[in-house]
Amino acid sequence: MEKEKVPQDTSNLTKNNVKELLYATDENGDYTTTLSTGWEPKTIALSNSIDDINERIAEAKRQVETGEASPICYYMERNKMDLTILASYVGMWKWRVKRHFKPAVFAKLNDTILQKYADAFEISVAELKNIKKD
Amino acid sequence: MQTNFTHHQSAHCENGVASNLLKNSGLNISEPMVFGIGSGLFFVYLPFIKVNHAPAISYRTLPGQIFNKVASRLNLKIKRQKFSSAAKANAALDANLKNNIPTGLQVGVYHLSYFPDEYRFHFNAHNLVVYGKTDTDYLVSDPVMETVTTLTHDELDKVRFAKGAFAPRGQMYYPIQVPKDVDLKSAIIKGIKNTCRDMLAPMPIVGVRGIKFVSRQIRKWPVKHGTKKANHYLAQMVRMQEEIGTGGGGFRFIYAAFLQEASVILNNEELKVLSKEMTQIGDSWRDFAVEASRIYKNRSAKEDAYNTIADELLDIANREEIFFKKLKKAIS
Repeated sequence: MEKEKVPQDTSNLTKNNVKELLYATDENGDYTTTLSTGWEPKTIALSNSIDDINERIAEAKRQVETGEASPICYYMERNKMDLTILASYVGMWKWRVKRHFKPAVFAKLNDTILQKYADAFEISVAELKNIKKD
Repeated sequence: MQTNFTHHQSAHCENGVASNLLKNSGLNISEPMVFGIGSGLFFVYLPFIKVNHAPAISYRTLPGQIFNKVASRLNLKIKRQKFSSAAKANAALDANLKNNIPTGLQVGVYHLSYFPDEYRFHFNAHNLVVYGKTDTDYLVSDPVMETVTTLTHDELDKVRFAKGAFAPRGQMYYPIQVPKDVDLKSAIIKGIKNTCRDMLAPMPIVGVRGIKFVSRQIRKWPVKHGTKKANHYLAQMVRMQEEIGTGGGGFRFIYAAFLQEASVILNNEELKVLSKEMTQIGDSWRDFAVEASRIYKNRSAKEDAYNTIADELLDIANREEIFFKKLKKAIS
């Protein structure tokens, strides 16, 4: 890639004033480094996966509201976690965490366990029990 | 408390930390040189491991390997430590800072407060250098950022003890012995040979054959998984290839920069020609990303479109196969 052709598109980096470093060739064909504000194909890829996360959050929220899933499900998605990551944060087996996705099981959890989840999500136990209905 | 440390921005975190730490110890070595000697260029497709709900694709070797290979090929000694508790990890880091040793850390990205929100996901193989401490903050040199930054004590604990795949467990590392004269020539040759071996490996999911495998899979994605999932997989692949850290084109441009530097050191004209060829291949990876983005932007997945980019990918794989065979010859 030639230095003049390095894309300078607006991206999610722009608003945070972050620029990334790229390797590109100068007019003599020698390598040099240059900064880029972003590139459209990447921005689309990123917004695509953000949309995906938001859809997952919305779906989890719906399931919590209809009583199909426990709030743990919702907060897991909101923290961009999956089962493996969440299990690792709370220090429990995956099957156990999965069990806690059931509202009936969740309702019987003691405060020690709830606190573990609350810590993993960086919220209070009260917030864990009641997801905001916004 | 602050050590003497100069921050240089780099494309990739691990090369950048290695290069910055070595420069600080008096060994002037560029980021592409670290990447090339450490044989960072790689390709692996792991369909059975899901990252962000898509099959894992990596354009580089495992975290930590680049610096380890550089150390063994240049006869440097690196000390690496992991910790069972945050208190012990902090004590060791503070002791280092007191002894004027800037220290590399493996960290998780999710709690890095200075990253844009959209980039904060659960990825634990990020690297940065801590070069000082104040009453409230640690002074941080993150090689992908333009300037130095800070993290509070609490935040640093969180990123050092992030959980999940590749959990850093407080890992810190720093060079303890850096010889005055290093044999760059033999290290470069070892590095190149290693990369050629990796990329031409006779395994279906690794190197050039791995790229061909992905190309075959892409054709099936829209039928097998439906448009939505197929688009998501494709977007994830492009992110792995182009996101902050690769220097563009799935590390191909950094590698071309390395070959150019190597051609001067080894006095080998052939490597310069190959550097140009690698640049062109990198450009084709960029074109692939553009084509792929057209697909997931329109959210329509004609099978045709998937076949077209699969063809593009296959073409890249074929060219890389020829390329690495030539590269192997050029240094033997």
